[in-house]
Amino acid sequence: MTMERRLVIEPLTRIEGHARITIHRDRQGLVQEARLQVLERRGFEQFCLGRPFTEMPALTARICGICPVSHQLAAAAAGDQLLALEPPPAARRLRSLLALAQIIQSHALAFFHLSSPDLLLGWETPPERRHLFGLIAAEPELARAGIRLRQFGQDAIEAVAGQSIHGAWAVPGGGLHSLRVDGRDRIRDALPQARLDARFGLERYKQVLDRGGLADLEAIVSLKSLFLGLVGPEGQWCVQGGALRLIEADGRLQADQRPAGDYGQLLAEAEEPWSLMTFPYVRALGYPRGLYRVGPLARLNVCNQIGTAWAASELAEYRQRNGRIVLNAFASHQARLVEIVACLEAIEQLLEDPELLDPLVRHRASLNRLEAVGMGEAPRGTLFHHYRVNPDGLLEHVNLLVATGQNNLAMNRTITALARHHLDGLGTASIPEALLNRIEAGIRAFDPCLSCATHAAGQMALQVQLFDADGSLLAERRR
Amino acid sequence: MSPEFVTVPARPRLRLATAWLAGCSGCHMALLDLHLELIALAAHADLVASAALCDAKEYPDRVDLCLVEGAVASEENRQFARRIRERTALVVALGDCAIHTNITGLRHRCRNGLGQTAIEAAAGGREGLDPPLPKLLPMVLPLEAVIAVDASLPGCPPSADRIGNLLRRWWQQQPLIPPDGPPQRFG
Ligand code: SF4
Repeated sequence: MTMERRLVIEPLTRIEGHARITIHRDRQGLVQEARLQVLERRGFEQFCLGRPFTEMPALTARICGICPVSHQLAAAAAGDQLLALEPPPAARRLRSLLALAQIIQSHALAFFHLSSPDLLLGWETPPERRHLFGLIAAEPELARAGIRLRQFGQDAIEAVAGQSIHGAWAVPGGGLHSLRVDGRDRIRDALPQARLDARFGLERYKQVLDRGGLADLEAIVSLKSLFLGLVGPEGQWCVQGGALRLIEADGRLQADQRPAGDYGQLLAEAEEPWSLMTFPYVRALGYPRGLYRVGPLARLNVCNQIGTAWAASELAEYRQRNGRIVLNAFASHQARLVEIVACLEAIEQLLEDPELLDPLVRHRASLNRLEAVGMGEAPRGTLFHHYRVNPDGLLEHVNLLVATGQNNLAMNRTITALARHHLDGLGTASIPEALLNRIEAGIRAFDPCLSCATHAAGQMALQVQLFDADGSLLAERRR
Repeated sequence: MSPEFVTVPARPRLRLATAWLAGCSGCHMALLDLHLELIALAAHADLVASAALCDAKEYPDRVDLCLVEGAVASEENRQFARRIRERTALVVALGDCAIHTNITGLRHRCRNGLGQTAIEAAAGGREGLDPPLPKLLPMVLPLEAVIAVDASLPGCPPSADRIGNLLRRWWQQQPLIPPDGPPQRFG
């Protein structure tokens, strides 16, 4: 039997970014470790240095075409703090509207366009048909619903920002222009269909779960970790303007109601020699024990409740199915659908808010502070933009701590567990494509955004440890 | 075109690919912004390669049209671009990064070259078991500096309308860019 000790899945597909999985096995064919390796580096944190902080919303939006709004908003929020002002009420509402709309379009993309070929068409579907076009052929109604939901989000972003991708709107101090009545009405008119589409997607996916779905893999991809996310003042689900909550795997609070500026006290980053992406961890627990996750699973774990009726009932059902604190990485798919509902309802409420259309959307000031951290919930989890500027407002230090980077440890653990489960002892010749796809699906469950994640230059405290094969520590370096 | 009334042509189905070099995925998202028109596209063409959207791990032969997002930033990007050119009838530079490097080219401002040494160090990994990571080129290159390009769609990203027009012209077997059309411009 041939036994290839190293298996490489490259490129990873149906994810956002360039990466591969390298699986290391011993002589007996037992998996020692599977590694996610990101293959790109665009250097935003470096080339932004020396530029005015006011450019950051437009520049950092170009980190990622799926979540440009998140970067734009985090950059604008950091800018607000550098000016030492609060944006006007209408601008705060419009920023929330943008963030919610983006979560809808991004989650719709992740669920319908990218992952549902695995979940609904099945792992064994040949790769030539296991994609969006295959879904269009096999389940046209579902494909339509997914496409329309993504469109709802994109159109709402366009109504506020003028363009669905990289629209220039958020600026330090607020936004560039107010929302017009016809823009608001367009979003409102599209809501009923979006609700129907979300319901259709949820019902269809629950059928899959009821039939056993991914239950056979649940124990394998259930991972004890901490969870980080924003919550409102009452601990409610929240994507903009909340405070940080960090909980343990059993639900106990590690930290609560902490402002963005505390992120460096709560979190630190480690590096591994084989990865361009750092490994953030909870500082108090050290590396790698401080493994934590962000994103839809984490947001639903950290919040006490979602404030709207339909989302609250979907959350209750989700918790009934999966438990109060959900450790199963594959439950993220359902979590995304629950969040789509929460976003639709939150947008519905915002559209009724009379302050939404107020013409005052920008406050002005000159530079009043030299350091700031902006944060928000991106579709994939909590995002931090940390800037230091000189008295002319030129950037001297930039650290972007993005959601996917924060899930790095968890993603590697998940694919290692899946690789052990599926591949242990198999000869290379007997590894079917569908099995490798199942390991990749462990990454897809996190919906990683690798163009975002590779900018992490490791500006936070660093701890590098070198272990030998038995796991004993050979060397350590701290910064 | 209304997606409800799509007539499937009798000629062999077209083979469409997309490629993602050094870009932000925004140009791919602009393609997805065709929304329900994607269904019409699916009626005319098979998606035969697209790391963002489907699972073909190898770029296949005999591709009719490939939309290429992103600049050429690494040796791997360069080799991939050449492979695309060899195997594809029509190559479209999609968006400003592919056309003139755009945001991706801003890294030229960094004197330390983005820590190439860190990348090379990472290439070894434990016991040298991991395959090497792509080597960054000293300069980010526009696609056209590496391969011949049949059409360019400027924009960051180009609008879905313009992408849709180009694709419709393609499946109607017309020139990709109308000779009497408005001049192309960036932005
Ligand atoms: S042209 Fe713009 S949208 Fe397209 S990849 Fe480059 S930065 Fe992204």
